[in-house]
Amino acid sequence: MEFKDYYKVLGVERNSSDDDIKKAFRRLARKHHPDINKAADAATRMQELNEAHEVLRDKEKRAAYDAVGQGAQGGQPFHPPPGWNSGFEFSGEPGEFGEEVDHSAFFEALFGAARRQATQGGAGHGPGAAHARRGQDHHAKIVVPLEDAFHGATRAITLHSPEMDAKGNVALHERTLQVAIPKGIRGGQQIRLAGQGSPGFGDGLRGDLYLEVELAPHPTWRVDGRDLYFTLRVAPWEAALGASVNVPTPDGTVEMNVPAGSQTGRKLRLRGRGIPGSTPGDLYVMLELVLPPASNDKARDVYRQMAKDLAFDPRAAMGADA
Amino acid sequence: MNASPIAVGVCLTEEHALEINAFAAACGTEVEFVRVLVDEGLVKPIIEEPTWRFGGEELARVRRIRRLQRDFEANLQSVAVMLDLIDEIERLRAQLQRSGIGVP
Repeated sequence: MEFKDYYKVLGVERNSSDDDIKKAFRRLARKHHPDINKAADAATRMQELNEAHEVLRDKEKRAAYDAVGQGAQGGQPFHPPPGWNSGFEFSGEPGEFGEEVDHSAFFEALFGAARRQATQGGAGHGPGAAHARRGQDHHAKIVVPLEDAFHGATRAITLHSPEMDAKGNVALHERTLQVAIPKGIRGGQQIRLAGQGSPGFGDGLRGDLYLEVELAPHPTWRVDGRDLYFTLRVAPWEAALGASVNVPTPDGTVEMNVPAGSQTGRKLRLRGRGIPGSTPGDLYVMLELVLPPASNDKARDVYRQMAKDLAFDPRAAMGADA
Repeated sequence: MNASPIAVGVCLTEEHALEINAFAAACGTEVEFVRVLVDEGLVKPIIEEPTWRFGGEELARVRRIRRLQRDFEANLQSVAVMLDLIDEIERLRAQLQRSGIGVP
């Protein structure tokens, strides 16, 4: 386990005042909050900030952390000395919001035991005397390809959670879970896996695991809810005269009619060709006209001929001849 | 860890939506808090009749509300404003995305 330099995480000095710590946390939280910042590591960063803040805002925890961390550098291997916390008593309030927050193995090793006792109601009981309590629910994100929403799939997800062994040592526990991704899944939905959360205490049941599904961006189709969007490039004569063209869908190619007189930006709907379900989504095809290059005499002649014969003014609607 | 069994979960759609007690537990919060959020219009049950039921998107929303409350020490009124702005940004992003203009 690595030593975590909480002062460095918040970018403050070791002798900073409570007020400076609070200000630093607030500033960084505004910047890195995963609900605001779309960066992939925003959630991890915020978790570190929360953990550092949780320790440094609390006089007891900060004193204990300072005592343990004498001379330690962030990132160095770290093992808390046996019985290190016998001199400290943590009030260990289970958190204002009653919610268990994810912590690093480092945090769990230092403060986990006190917190577990507190949440089990009664610091006076030993671990054996704890009454049954349901294990913690876990929440994680899983990114799956769009094709899974069409065909269903089984995906492996690796989960990391700090767990304490019988001797009270905390280690980062890694486990891989094979998860069935049901056909028809959409981005933002949650898969609930009963009993895949933390083990319960005493005779308590295991918690559940909630996986928030995110569909990976696809090079061909864009996804919005159940609907897919696809940009189809067409030649001017196809748009002008109408044509039958092939459109790729995740379920294979389908034939579609481009109506005569279409313009760039026209949106055509292929009903029910989106993500499957009891009410399947639609596939929207957006037309994009592509002009053949006037790169040789023959092409230039055709354009000149059109200019002469068609009497077409694309700016007629603008009124004045600008 | 090879050959681990396949975990089959339940997707929290309309079909498997949770009633308020199970939902509050899944969010790690109190039933009363969920009622307040619905009353204030911050969360809308996916099914309203005959009884409220909530799906996965509501679960993510309540968790977001609690994160915002906790991390910014924000009251519900401020969280409501943040949610409106976040919704608006997501709506605009989706629109850009649909028209094929990538948003980083």
